[in-house]
Amino acid sequence: MSTGNGELSDLYQEVILEHSKAPRNFRKPAEANQHAEGYNPLCGDRCTVYINMDGDAIRDIAFQGSGCAISRASASMMTQILKGKTKAEAAKLFEEFHGLVTGKEAPPETQDLGKLKVFSGVSKFPARVKCATLAWHTLQSALENKDTPVSTE
Amino acid sequence: MTTIAQPVLHDPRLGASRKSTSGLDLVKIRADFPILAERINGKPLIYLDNGATSQKPQVVLDAIANYYTHMNANIHRGVHALSVRATEAHDAARQTVRKFLNAADTREIIFVRGATEAINLVAQTYGRVHVGAGDEVLITAMEHHSNIVPWQILCEEKGAHLKVAPINDRGELMLDEFARLVGSRTKIVAVTHVSNALGTVVPLRQVIDIAHRGDVPVLVDGAQAVPHFAVDVQALDCDFYAFSGHKVYGPTGIGVLYGKRALLNAMPPYQGGGDMISSVTFAKTTYNDLPFKFEAGTPDIAGAIALGAALNYITNLGMDKIAAHESELLAYATEAVGAIPGIRLIGTAFDRAGVLSFVLDHVHPHDLGTILDREGIAIRTGHHCAQPVMERFGIAGTARASFAVYNTKEEVDALVAGIRAAREVFA
Repeated sequence: MSTGNGELSDLYQEVILEHSKAPRNFRKPAEANQHAEGYNPLCGDRCTVYINMDGDAIRDIAFQGSGCAISRASASMMTQILKGKTKAEAAKLFEEFHGLVTGKEAPPETQDLGKLKVFSGVSKFPARVKCATLAWHTLQSALENKDTPVSTE
Repeated sequence: MTTIAQPVLHDPRLGASRKSTSGLDLVKIRADFPILAERINGKPLIYLDNGATSQKPQVVLDAIANYYTHMNANIHRGVHALSVRATEAHDAARQTVRKFLNAADTREIIFVRGATEAINLVAQTYGRVHVGAGDEVLITAMEHHSNIVPWQILCEEKGAHLKVAPINDRGELMLDEFARLVGSRTKIVAVTHVSNALGTVVPLRQVIDIAHRGDVPVLVDGAQAVPHFAVDVQALDCDFYAFSGHKVYGPTGIGVLYGKRALLNAMPPYQGGGDMISSVTFAKTTYNDLPFKFEAGTPDIAGAIALGAALNYITNLGMDKIAAHESELLAYATEAVGAIPGIRLIGTAFDRAGVLSFVLDHVHPHDLGTILDREGIAIRTGHHCAQPVMERFGIAGTARASFAVYNTKEEVDALVAGIRAAREVFA
């Protein structure tokens, strides 16, 4: 996007656009032993997160669904960062990610978000926070192996 | 980041189309709406979300301030001067609404909070009396949730069935199917006048004739119709007609239910309270006459008066001129947006009003909405409270541009430029 629209290019960073067009781990793993569905009733976006837990560790994680660029990219990058992480590490990352996209960022030295920091632009677009966090809310439910679909509302 | 050309945005207030072929003076009309001078992200506001709510002309804002500044008092109960003033202004607003709908009698005009409350009122009064176990309520596949859920609640309570007349791929009501669904168990038909998601104008004269041949009354949800063209409830011969003030240049929190007097008279009250009674003892309460029987409690007095001001404003502009201008604008937008590669228009009925709904390949409506917002262009994205319509077309949502009297071709050009820019971001 041209200059003069800095906030917009902060939101739609190249990395985000690239993940939205070619999301990683966009599949249903045969060996998944936990999953959950997420739904944003305001825009109709849907997301299913599949995980294969090995004890306390996330051995594999993938997702399927339909949504906007922000929600697809967020889900894609979430699956990348969480592979091999423990439940506690995943919970901490969600907390940091939530802080990042709502503009309540923790001090940088305490952060493990890495590449996920490209989502910091979302904080300037309050209407889009739910797009960025849908996959994470769904993950939380998958880790708890809840049967009821999570809703952003 | 992909570099794209900044869309060339004309300031719509300085647009070339000062006079539309309808004869309306758009520069003057735009000046009547102070919010149109707002800048959004440094750009002139281009407000194309009128289907959600319209902006308000200065005369409406003045009516609210004037009421609270010069006549605030409760109505129908004071002997003092202010109460008389407030009551007279409130009565005058009801007369304005009657004229606007060409109803026969002001007693047929019930002030409510909006179209949603109007529909709930009918479902909970007429519906609860006339709809029983095994009976049917007939709606269409293009209803807003507000004309679905009140009937579902009623059907659930009564053990009745909700029947849905289908629409075709253009988003038009299938009249033959509709006629087949009107049967001996059908107790009421509830149908929109204009679809909020598709813009389809329902051929109400035919729908009402079919229903009336089976002695079935018809409620019309007119929320998306009254801002766009003249409505005559007597010519339509509808039994109930509901609309919201805020979509027709009035304030939020006020709306209207029109009902034929004989039907309203026979209906039980909706809510109990002050103003809706003639006399109260602990043994027996006698209900007030129409329209007060359905207006329990202190109403939104300022809202009704301001709605009256809004209806007078557009009546003075001329509903036929407004219809002509918007029709021209919608045709222009349909062609210009439809010509963008990757666009699929959702709702291509022969007769449409006010709404252009579409999806764009590779660009989610939400992303499009955000990108347009950065250009100062407000549209609605999502399911538009009409999820069954989205399901019918196999989509999660659409982008919707919806028009009002103050919109211009220059604004449509800016919309088209914005959509093209969004395509390039996601190319």
